[in-house]
Amino acid sequence: MPNNLFIYPFLLGILIMLVIIAKRFSKWFIGLSKIDKIRVWKKLRTKNTIYSIREALLEGLLHHKIFKKNPVLGYMHMSLAFGWFLLIVVGHIETIYYYGSISFPFYMPVFFRYFVTGHEFYLSRFFAIIMDFLLLMVLSGVTLAYLKRFLKQPFGMKKTTRLKPGDKIALTSLWCIFPLRFMAESVSAGIHHNGSFLTQTSGNLIEHILPLNAIHTPIWFAYSTALGFFFVALPFSRYMHIPTEIFFIFLKNSGIKLKKHVNTYSQVQVFSCSRCGICLDSCQLNDAGIRNTQSVYVLKKIRDKKLTDEELFNCLLCGKCQHDCPVDIELNNLRITQRIESTLQYNSSYDYLKETKAEKADIVYFAGCMTHLTPAIKKSMVQIFDHAKLNYWFMDEDKAPCCGRPLMQAGQYDAAEKLILNNQKKILDSEAKTLVVSCPICYKVFNEDYSLPGIEVKHHSEYLLELINASKIEVSPLQQTVIYHDPCELGRGSGIYEQPRELLQHTNTLIKIKNEKEKSYCCGGSLANIKIQMDERYKIKDKAVENYRSYNPDILATSCPLCKKTFARDGKLAVHDISELIWMAIEKNEMEKLELNEQLAKVTNPEQFWELEEVPIQD
Amino acid sequence: MNKFGFTTQESRAIDYGQFDDRLLSYVQHHEPTFLICMSCGACTATCSAGNLIDFNIRRLSLLIRRGEILQLSNEIDKCMLCGKCTLVCPRGINTRNVIMLIKKGISQIKQSENQN
Amino acid sequence: MNTQKTIVTIGAGIAGIESSVALSKLGYRVILVEKDKTIGGKINNYYHLFPNNRPAVDIKNYMDEQCRIHDLTIYKNTEINKVQKKGERFSVTTSNDDILKADALLVATGFEYFNGMQKEEYGYKIYDNVITSIDLEEKLRSGKQITTAQGKEPKRIAFVHCVGSRDEKSGNHYCSRLCCITGVKQAMELNSRFPNSLVYCFYIDLRMYSMEYESLYRSAQEKFGIQFIRGKVSEVSENKEGTLQIKAEDTLSGRPLRMEMDLVVLLVGMVPGQGTEKMKSVAALESNSHGFLESNDWQLHKNSSSQPGIFLTGACNGPMSIDETMEHARSAAFEVHTYLQNHSKHE
Ligand code: SF4
Ligand code: SF4
Ligand code: SF4
Ligand code: SF4
Ligand code: SF4
Repeated sequence: MPNNLFIYPFLLGILIMLVIIAKRFSKWFIGLSKIDKIRVWKKLRTKNTIYSIREALLEGLLHHKIFKKNPVLGYMHMSLAFGWFLLIVVGHIETIYYYGSISFPFYMPVFFRYFVTGHEFYLSRFFAIIMDFLLLMVLSGVTLAYLKRFLKQPFGMKKTTRLKPGDKIALTSLWCIFPLRFMAESVSAGIHHNGSFLTQTSGNLIEHILPLNAIHTPIWFAYSTALGFFFVALPFSRYMHIPTEIFFIFLKNSGIKLKKHVNTYSQVQVFSCSRCGICLDSCQLNDAGIRNTQSVYVLKKIRDKKLTDEELFNCLLCGKCQHDCPVDIELNNLRITQRIESTLQYNSSYDYLKETKAEKADIVYFAGCMTHLTPAIKKSMVQIFDHAKLNYWFMDEDKAPCCGRPLMQAGQYDAAEKLILNNQKKILDSEAKTLVVSCPICYKVFNEDYSLPGIEVKHHSEYLLELINASKIEVSPLQQTVIYHDPCELGRGSGIYEQPRELLQHTNTLIKIKNEKEKSYCCGGSLANIKIQMDERYKIKDKAVENYRSYNPDILATSCPLCKKTFARDGKLAVHDISELIWMAIEKNEMEKLELNEQLAKVTNPEQFWELEEVPIQD
Repeated sequence: MNKFGFTTQESRAIDYGQFDDRLLSYVQHHEPTFLICMSCGACTATCSAGNLIDFNIRRLSLLIRRGEILQLSNEIDKCMLCGKCTLVCPRGINTRNVIMLIKKGISQIKQSENQN
Repeated sequence: MNTQKTIVTIGAGIAGIESSVALSKLGYRVILVEKDKTIGGKINNYYHLFPNNRPAVDIKNYMDEQCRIHDLTIYKNTEINKVQKKGERFSVTTSNDDILKADALLVATGFEYFNGMQKEEYGYKIYDNVITSIDLEEKLRSGKQITTAQGKEPKRIAFVHCVGSRDEKSGNHYCSRLCCITGVKQAMELNSRFPNSLVYCFYIDLRMYSMEYESLYRSAQEKFGIQFIRGKVSEVSENKEGTLQIKAEDTLSGRPLRMEMDLVVLLVGMVPGQGTEKMKSVAALESNSHGFLESNDWQLHKNSSSQPGIFLTGACNGPMSIDETMEHARSAAFEVHTYLQNHSKHE
């Protein structure tokens, strides 16, 4: 049948695409470390695979995370991807019904209405309706995508991303595919009367204007060509993210983690980005007018091999975009991996670090470099330790190397390792059971990168709560309202959200706010951003402070010396670390006890006791 | 002849006419705040590395300005990137970026010298 | 002068009083509005004035006397809540809901001291032995014994220059001009009280901009053995016994230095006063990038504000010393006078 020829563009296209994708996937798979390969292999045979398939469906097709974030955008992605998927699935079922078996040319479902010319078969009307409905759904998605190019507002995005040639071909063909399919099926319906409410209606209309038989094959040819072009362009376009994301889900669910160097797993993640742009929305760099270093751009620059230090290091590593990313790309670690790559040539030398003696104690207290610039925190901590009569060693009271985290954020892992080893030894030598730290930046590295068997690492907000719960310290309410600011490294970075809040509820009235916990602001002071200028930091801070002030709190509480320092700059809001509030509450409690004792001493007649209740306690 | 030590030593004066400005222009170009240092020394005073060993971050910037790259390359390795210097600098200089740029600049200069 | 013109002066510190007195001498009716319960403003806080060690109370007495002689109307405990211009005249609403009519306004709202707590790394209000130059001045003035918090005689004393001035981290890029000489004056004062003490001044640059200031600096070195160390203090911490450790770099020798001190005095800078901040909103006065009220013409009309009929005097216009303030105040009076005369011609 010579007019079968029109299917070849499609066949060729899909073949080329499959070959390229298979090549890439195998290259990526081969690039994984041996252990990771075994991991994937083993996990494939467990029910993990079912989870992965489910996740692939939910994410790759339904985009339920995008939905949650922005329904219009979610619908657009869903109607396109899921609609198309259903067209394929239902198309196959329809073909199976028609043939009564599963052996038919695999392109048959694609061109079903060309070949199957209206013979009634079981459920044929029903299928026609469903297929028309699905086509309508996809077309609506295409229309939205079309609009999105021109009006960005309803999609909640500040900026859509720019296109390169592969994208343009893929996008143009994608936009053509479904209108062409619609046309082609309408023409077929005009001739064979095998359409339904959509295609049949339009087919009947076209019948009057166009010579149906003459355009029948050409229009199906056009449809096939659009498909062919799309498939060939796909691996070179942003749509490569669709197959890659599925691959990524499988790798991720087998428990593979990013390594400290760029490998194929990081590539898989880089190519999984759908460029949805969601990561742009809550990035506070926007407040500082920085608009070219956000995750979506950096990933693109990595793919295009055009990433410079200026972009790579201009990020707070606040983790907001990672939290929002619907594809679950490990954006923070990915960026750090790139930073490691970019700083491989850097030298460091800490030969001067001596093995200073450790003091034996139950608790080691490490204030952190920054905390030495916010002495109210370290003084409160020391006073609390003393007050609770704890046996502690203030490890960096005088001099101590940095914890190593800032170096790691800057990609210099080897250098950090040297500091870590030095500190680690001292901590272990102290034979302590607990390490208390005041800085979330230190907390994260002590927790994740030090090897401290038998020692519990606690941020002071966790630790103070434990002291209260164990009645080692007693506090009185301070009667002020507070907002708690989650420091990035403690909140999103380490998942500590509840302890500080619980702690604050012992002393103050906590105001609930919209942007808290996972959604909390970055103060703007983050050490992870090496490129940002001071005035830009202040813009970020100002925006956050403005929001906090709208709640009218007496105090902005935080639990990070750097946040405190950043926020305290303009003096518009009283900023205190949690430890300071606790110390104030302890002092107040002591005062009250003292007053009570004085009162008691005055009481001579036991019957006077009831009066004590009435004694107003002064603040 | 000259028994009393008044020998003419090799000049210690810096020849501003022909100093090595490769690093200086590289750093300045990428971190313009580098220009506004007033040599107050707060960065050196607070420095975590400087607390443990003879390491003077302020003088390093001065060395770049005077084109003395060799001395610099061993010194800068001592920095721990802790960020205290950035936090105290009264001129708001992004000192950590300066340090990163020096490291990068040096590694680039070394690379290009190895190639020649 | 047929119809007597009225001027409302906001702020009864030395700038406000001196300019009001001058205007009253020129035959105008002046109403002074003062937010505090006393007049004199910051002069009340001082002990001895540089460069001649004259007791500040002299100036205070002079001010009181002038007010009395010229029978100035002074509303104390009063603030300005609203300023409206109706034609050529102003109508000023006070916090007591009085409405004052004026032909010209003179803003003399002054400055405030930088809040030392904002530089947390210096430990003010965290470590008991860290005080500000204002605290020290108050101690000297009130004649109290000066001791460390532990009740001991201070043996080693550090003055930290540029606290809250010339500091991007405090948001103030400018130099407050007077803290250097205040430091020198106070250093000499302390050393003469405690001859065995060692007094250090940690500076970035020493700004001795008058002939006499330089002489004071010289005698501080010569007669009092004050040590001047060029390096900004980065932080202060406390030792177990309550003594302080300060960190700075001796930039001239290129060495970081740590020193133990019994007392640390922060030379806090000058920032726009509360009243000055308020005038920006109630009278729509423009301020410069440092937050002080902007002159209309830096060279020719330093006392004119951005609004016709409203004039500036004293430190609301920028940090200035007492002698400079007096000159500034008298020139303000003349500027107001010229303005009002030009206006009566037009009428
Ligand atoms: S990184 Fe994630 S959030 Fe950002 S564009 Fe890519 S997929 Fe979307
Ligand atoms: S980590 Fe934070 S600063 Fe960096 S790109 Fe993501 S949202 Fe922006
Ligand atoms: S703190 Fe800043 S201004 Fe001072 S010497 Fe260091 S870099 Fe220069
Ligand atoms: S970042 Fe480097 S130079 Fe700066 S204070 Fe820390 S160790 Fe010193
Ligand atoms: S007068 Fe001296 S102490 Fe005051 S800001 Fe200027 S330089 Fe600093």
